[in-house]
Amino acid sequence: MSSRILQVKNGEAVEARAVPRLSVDDLQGLVADVVTAGGRVAALYGREEAGELLVTAVLPNDREGTLGLLSAPVTKEWPSLAPECPAVQLFERELAEQYGVVPRGHPWPKPVRFEHRLGGAGPDAFGREGPRADIPGGYPFFAMEGEEVHEVAVGPVHAGIIEPGHFRFQCHGEHVFHLEIVLGYQHRGAEGMLVGGPTARTVSLLESVAGDTAVGNALCHARAMEGLAGVEVPPRAAALRAVALELERLANHVGDLGALATDIGFLPTASYCGALRADFLNALAEICGNRFGRGLVVPGGVRFDLPSDAAARLAGRMEEAFSRVEDAAGLFFDSPSSRNRVDGTGVVPKETAQALGLLGPAGRASGLQVDARKTHPFEPYSSATLPMVTLEAGDVHARARIRFDEARASAAFVVQVLRQLPEGPVRAPCPAPRPGRLAVSLVEGWRGELVHAVTTGADGRFARYKLKDPSFHNWMGLQLALRGEQISDFPLCNKSFNLSYCGYDL
Amino acid sequence: MLLSAIQLLLFLSLPPFLLGVINRVKARVAGRTGQPLLQPYFDLWRLLHKGAVYSTTTTWVFRAGPVVGLAAVATAGLLLSFGGAPAMLSFSGDFVLFAYLLGLARFFTALAALDTGSAFEGMGAAREVSFASLAEPALFLCLVVLARATGALSLSQMLGEGLGSAWSTSGPALLLTALALFVVALAENARIPVDDPNTHLELTMIHEVMVLDHSGPDFAFILYGAALKLFLFGALVVRLALGFHFDSPWAALLAFLGGMLVFAVVVGTVESVMARLRLSRVPQMLVGASVLSVFALVLLLR
Repeated sequence: MSSRILQVKNGEAVEARAVPRLSVDDLQGLVADVVTAGGRVAALYGREEAGELLVTAVLPNDREGTLGLLSAPVTKEWPSLAPECPAVQLFERELAEQYGVVPRGHPWPKPVRFEHRLGGAGPDAFGREGPRADIPGGYPFFAMEGEEVHEVAVGPVHAGIIEPGHFRFQCHGEHVFHLEIVLGYQHRGAEGMLVGGPTARTVSLLESVAGDTAVGNALCHARAMEGLAGVEVPPRAAALRAVALELERLANHVGDLGALATDIGFLPTASYCGALRADFLNALAEICGNRFGRGLVVPGGVRFDLPSDAAARLAGRMEEAFSRVEDAAGLFFDSPSSRNRVDGTGVVPKETAQALGLLGPAGRASGLQVDARKTHPFEPYSSATLPMVTLEAGDVHARARIRFDEARASAAFVVQVLRQLPEGPVRAPCPAPRPGRLAVSLVEGWRGELVHAVTTGADGRFARYKLKDPSFHNWMGLQLALRGEQISDFPLCNKSFNLSYCGYDL
Repeated sequence: MLLSAIQLLLFLSLPPFLLGVINRVKARVAGRTGQPLLQPYFDLWRLLHKGAVYSTTTTWVFRAGPVVGLAAVATAGLLLSFGGAPAMLSFSGDFVLFAYLLGLARFFTALAALDTGSAFEGMGAAREVSFASLAEPALFLCLVVLARATGALSLSQMLGEGLGSAWSTSGPALLLTALALFVVALAENARIPVDDPNTHLELTMIHEVMVLDHSGPDFAFILYGAALKLFLFGALVVRLALGFHFDSPWAALLAFLGGMLVFAVVVGTVESVMARLRLSRVPQMLVGASVLSVFALVLLLR
């Protein structure tokens, strides 16, 4: 059976034609086997090869540290796998939207982000043609019948300065029966714009797919490009990239702890964590001149070197900054009034998390062993002693605690790497990608595992660039976390997931 | 009479300053400089000079809400004495009127919220009245304890000369009552740990979400009315705590103003160190306040 799946390493490029072509039944059977055996699906997406639609699956083997690739030609429709494996439900909806493949028997056949067809002609699987202006109108919301059931609609324009998303609650008083989330308001067509690359703007484009994951996406892209071109990154560049990725994680995790405290009106942590987040952003600015790390990571290495004395100074400052985070966040975890709010709120049990394939801190808070830095590592992560932090409770407290513990591990890692920066160049020339290749790159961004699956055409240009943000899986986790909760706890649950709208909308 | 008039003037002018002090305390604890102490006045001035927007689905009820709300709270202020001088208006049983004037203000605010037909405001109105149904008994029990302890039936006397001797004869009961009143004051005025006056999250709000659709002068009325209400509850707590009798009414007034400052600092400190309660826990806290005042009553009746 394993011969029907091509095993590759994270970031390794293979001949696109070497990916096994199976029948739809075989592909679905293998995917179902992997999922029922406790595995997961990193991506299930369409790409066209010689005018034919190939549904390609990326099945990570977290124990062996490999990625299983397989594909199957599909035409107009296929039987839905979602009733058996809920984790693939959104992938199937995306395929329906992008390529018009109807998933027969799908329990929730709705558009994902209201985008246009990427390939093929004619109406899409929802019977719609051309550009549409039906966001969010015409969307068949899940509704409940009953005298005392009422609906609360929130968004897409919100009170705070956050991204647009529409939330529909089915409530009985304060009790929430069901929450449905509609996204797609920020769909920019990133995957379509990347086709035909790489160009001078490719890296910038990927950095803006999700503004708070600029380093993560740039690194994921750079590793895919290096695989396609067959180059090795100098060790100093690899170390600096890892520092940047962890600084991004630190800034966001610390900021999230502050935002969680703000939501429950707990001032001490709220104000200090908000200020401390800036220390980590400023550290990124010190390396590359941009607080969000834009322009730092490029295929082949990094654009800016950090002199060794500056690195030592930065390491000292990061130690100092994190010791202050310990104090500020410690209050949040020790104060009875804040624990009263977060303990047992918005629980996602492990089985649910497993079924949905939750990723990142949200998955680890529910006890899933998902961390691409440990399971699919690259240098310097493969030689570092970075722990994988998991908790079992799956509530808001666990999701906050995971962030705190991870931030601590990241701070120690950053300090250690900065103090032992390898000597040497920080950039190697990265030639154009080789034609007819496929590379899948996994990077553990601060929200979870980012996936870039890149295929080059006969001319060496991107024929298909599949992006996946962890939010693609995790939004469903938030919807289920709200079931049976109080509607007044929604903002808190939402913040504890802190998912990306634009990363989902692409 | 002159002193009563001065008191009334202070009641009408000082409440926004109280909010300024609370905000300053919170800012200082959070390590910030904070907004100017007089910012609440500037906000009111700014709002009064703006136009108002009215949804076409609303009726006169929506416009009446802020006006009735402010008028009722201001009238309630006439019944309370703030320093040594008696209140402008005082009669036997006026504490019932006091409680129901506050109830009237709430009733119209909730009605105006329902008038918008928005899901948010309906939710806020539902929360406000369900918590009020628990806060009101607690307030009444506190007032009954006071009436019993002082043997008087008007607020002026309940919080006036008789209070000094009541503290010496039934101190524990009055202490419990003061605690209960403080809890009710936090709940009635939408302060942490019951409500967060600074939050922007509609789904978590209680009081604020009811007034989301009001704008301009209407909103200024609402903010001013809320400040007056906070001052009233603060005055109840402070007058009760400052039970002893002053010979000079001016000294009494000064002591009262000092007490209000302490009240604002205490409220600000509570907000700085505590998180909000889960909404489902708020009733427990209010019932707790009622139980405290029942204990006080039992102590008096035994």
